[in-house]
Amino acid sequence: MFAERRNGSLRIAVASGKGGTGKTAVATNLAATLSSEGYRVVYADCDVEEPNGHIFLKPTIRSVERVGTPVPDVDLSRCNGCGKCGDICEFSAIVCMNGKVITFPELCHGCDGCILVCPENAIRETQREIGCIERGRRDGIEFIHGVLRVGEAMSAPLIRAVKQKLSDEDVAVIDAPPGTSCPVIETVRDTDFVLLVTEPTPFGLSDLRLAVEMVRALNLKLGVIINRCDIGNSGVRDYCAEQDIPLLLEIPDDREIARAYSRGQMAVEVAPSLKVAFAGLWERIVTRISSRNDE
Amino acid sequence: MKIAITAQDNELHSAVDPRFGRARWFIVIDIDTGDFVPVSNAKNLDTGQGAGIQAGRHAAELGVKAVVTGNVGPKAFRILKAAGIDVHIGAKGTVEEATCQFKAGVLGLAKQANVEGHWA
Ligand code: SF4
Ligand code: SF4
Repeated sequence: MFAERRNGSLRIAVASGKGGTGKTAVATNLAATLSSEGYRVVYADCDVEEPNGHIFLKPTIRSVERVGTPVPDVDLSRCNGCGKCGDICEFSAIVCMNGKVITFPELCHGCDGCILVCPENAIRETQREIGCIERGRRDGIEFIHGVLRVGEAMSAPLIRAVKQKLSDEDVAVIDAPPGTSCPVIETVRDTDFVLLVTEPTPFGLSDLRLAVEMVRALNLKLGVIINRCDIGNSGVRDYCAEQDIPLLLEIPDDREIARAYSRGQMAVEVAPSLKVAFAGLWERIVTRISSRNDE
Repeated sequence: MKIAITAQDNELHSAVDPRFGRARWFIVIDIDTGDFVPVSNAKNLDTGQGAGIQAGRHAAELGVKAVVTGNVGPKAFRILKAAGIDVHIGAKGTVEEATCQFKAGVLGLAKQANVEGHWA
């Protein structure tokens, strides 16, 4: 995974312990700020279950690509009912019962174990569609997002596919799914920096703690952004100070910003002070990334 | 005819376990003779998503013709159907009572799963 890393380009993941903290607003506004400062920027939405970066960025989509995941296809005429496929599958995606093989494609993780173990070469790999990737542009910003099929449970392969599309832009701003589960880890694992967006409330703090633990377990650099910093209490700030976590930006619950959001506009376009704030945020991120021993 | 009743413990007066995939025990009963054997399903309790599937396979390997339980999820239902095992849902009370309910024909024969997957 680290071997294929591009020269000099930076990957910033924007995550949050829960949904509704303004994570996507931060990610899209950071991308817009960097683009207006002359960086070549790609915004990649890996929140594939509910991507909404396009609502802010309104890109013109120019390509759509279907993404599938490998699943086993059993040729029953060759199968001898030995059951080895079912024994090796950790996910119960293929089961041999009284000599009869049944597959549950929605559980298959595409590990190929059953194919390799089958003595009769009765299993081959086919693809099951799990979603699509749409790519486009908005002003200077490259736009990529993954859209998971409704009801689909397996998002990691789609997230990986989205990340494979990232190339040599100067900066990739990657919008992570909310929470701290597998899809989030898949999204942030090989990034250079993780921005955690939170609200200064007791709920925000408890979700932030989980997110911080996850990022630390992955050995990644992180910083916190407090959104709607004028509500709530000082709990998040105290926690960051005590844990030595850099608090990189506080965004007020500004009427103008809220109106911009509700019209689907970029906050940095309507509030110049915010653009300055995001430019400052970027400087602090870069400083953190280049310092080696701060985490 | 042999049937399997999902149970929370291993006796005839044990309570029926409403969950199929994560039931602790299967009580396998020969309804013609009344003989019964408790079979542990404990190894399925901490399986992730595949509990219903493994429990279904387990039931098939026990050679039962019907399963009597509270609820059944979609994957378990699919595998039981593939194995030609009838699924009777809505059983309540003890295993003994469920056997009577089964014999009296008052339980619903499931035509499809009656709960979402995580129940299975
Ligand atoms: S490819 Fe792997 S996960 Fe999929 S059915 Fe085969 S063994 Fe199971
Ligand atoms: S391993 Fe191959 S031959 Fe054996 S049961 Fe599975 S599909 Fe059939």
